[in-house]
Amino acid sequence: MKAPALKWAIPAAVVPVLVLLAYGFRTDPREIPSPLLGRPAAAFSLTTFAGTPLSLEDLRGKVVMLNFWASWCIPACYDEAPALERTWRAYKDKGVMVVGINVQDKEAAALEFLRRFEHSFPNAPDPRGRVSVDYGVYGVPETFFIDRKGRVRFKHVGALTDEIARRQLDALLEEPS
Amino acid sequence: MTRGWASAAAAVMLVAVVGWAAAAPPPAAAPPAPEATKPAPAATKPAPAATKVDEQTVHEVASQLRCVVCQNLSVADSPSETAKQMRAIVRERLAAGDSPEQVLAYFVEKYGDWILLSPRKSGFTLLVWVVPFVGLGIGLVLVAVVVRRWSRRPQGAAPSQLDPAVRERIRREMSEMDHS
Repeated sequence: MKAPALKWAIPAAVVPVLVLLAYGFRTDPREIPSPLLGRPAAAFSLTTFAGTPLSLEDLRGKVVMLNFWASWCIPACYDEAPALERTWRAYKDKGVMVVGINVQDKEAAALEFLRRFEHSFPNAPDPRGRVSVDYGVYGVPETFFIDRKGRVRFKHVGALTDEIARRQLDALLEEPS
Repeated sequence: MTRGWASAAAAVMLVAVVGWAAAAPPPAAAPPAPEATKPAPAATKPAPAATKVDEQTVHEVASQLRCVVCQNLSVADSPSETAKQMRAIVRERLAAGDSPEQVLAYFVEKYGDWILLSPRKSGFTLLVWVVPFVGLGIGLVLVAVVVRRWSRRPQGAAPSQLDPAVRERIRREMSEMDHS
């Protein structure tokens, strides 16, 4: 009789599939690790809504918090907006620069968003999406923390909170410049 | 038992088919656009940075990139604004003299392998391409073994095992049928 062989043949075929499925369904397909961490942040030079030139090169030596957002991004961008301004006010005198990059938006709607949340840090549109792709952005909001040497150190996907911003900025500020 | 082997073989085949469906390797990339479509550099003036880009090449590159805001759509197929911008970036990079491979490498550098719609045929993701065929091979071997067992079995033992008494009774009853 070949019954003993049968006893393990089916589990041997089925168990790996079940394990694979169990693993697959537990992972979040939306959570994609960024390959940019630890690498030099892509240079950009844009013009802010206020008309001032804004380039990463000029911010060398500062810790940069780079936030990608859009006025149509509801609710996450609205949720994090007050925290962005609070973080900017708390850290602007400590060597931190907060920069907003507006993605795929109408200028009027973007300006209305900035007025509504009284954002006082520089914000620039990325009209052709070049900067977004350079940073591997696949949705808004996403926030990148760039150290004084200009390397991407942390990426936060989704609405930012005061706590996350504080933790990342404090850690980067502690590093020797 | 033979049936056991049959179901084992069926299970392996199922795994192979599921693996195949999950991997769903698309046909190999279309051949590169014919050389003729690329503009020859003008004899008098050296070609400026803005080389004319073949839209077919743009489409081929874009069709290998995952649209970042869609579910399972390529950058070539998505009508979204993001995909439009990414197509523009592909076009711009090709115009600047990048090869299609260099353009893909740029997107991989920014987004990781995730941006490629079909997994790379190297490293760990090579498994996705190979395992379905290995599973199919194992399944075929098992089916062959089972079929051989089935076809071999009826020969030999069966005729001689009949009880002589039963054989005699069959003969008698059949001859009765003939006479009735």
